[in-house]
Amino acid sequence: MAAISVDPPDVSQRLREQAHYSFLFLADDKLAAIRQWDLVHAHAGPDGADIARPAEFLLDSNGKVLWRDLTDNFLVRVRPEDVLHAADAANGR
Amino acid sequence: MKRSWNWRLWGGFALALVGIASYPFFFIRFPATRDFPWANLILFALAGFLLITGLRRAFQRPEAYRGKVSGTILASLSTLLVGFFLYTILYMARQVPESRGAPTVGQVAPDFTLADENGRPVTLSTLLRSPFATNDWPAATGDARGKTAGAVLIFYRGYW
Repeated sequence: MAAISVDPPDVSQRLREQAHYSFLFLADDKLAAIRQWDLVHAHAGPDGADIARPAEFLLDSNGKVLWRDLTDNFLVRVRPEDVLHAADAANGR
Repeated sequence: MKRSWNWRLWGGFALALVGIASYPFFFIRFPATRDFPWANLILFALAGFLLITGLRRAFQRPEAYRGKVSGTILASLSTLLVGFFLYTILYMARQVPESRGAPTVGQVAPDFTLADENGRPVTLSTLLRSPFATNDWPAATGDARGKTAGAVLIFYRGYW
């Protein structure tokens, strides 16, 4: 699992340590992947900066999208059980 | 006749403030109250009841209750603050781009290379081959050599 945002590596490291997360954090401060995946939320960050809109993707080992969630409300996020159900469904369980 | 303190006005205003502050500091922790602020709406309804009944007392029985001026100010301020809260939560939070160009189910997602928190480059294709990509993922990759895996990618707004 990897979390991606525009935050630089040191900010993500602080977040991970404070929240005791164990998964990977990737920095996309230049919005390279965020733009490539059309996940830009223009001018939504501090001082009008572009940031990523919330989105979750489940990919197989070949990079094929098995499931995705593009919320229409940035306060409403996917539940962990939703991802687990999607993974189970992808594995035929 | 001594006029009584109109506690309903101040109680309503305080409850409106509690209703606003409780969302980011408490109710947002629970999906049931975060996804739709129904608990806060209940608090606002109670606040509104207190303010309206307090204003009625002040205007209909001014000889017994204070609060014509202060009550009007508190009620107006409460309305503005609650209105701003509802505008933010129910409207602004939904102003999220459609992202029509985002990878769809069945599509192969574009590869990318990004830096992890130690500044090391990580490509999506390498990440997909590691089933235990954690903070020390290079070590995990070695253990997972030859195994097929996948990945969950979480894009979030950042600016923590």
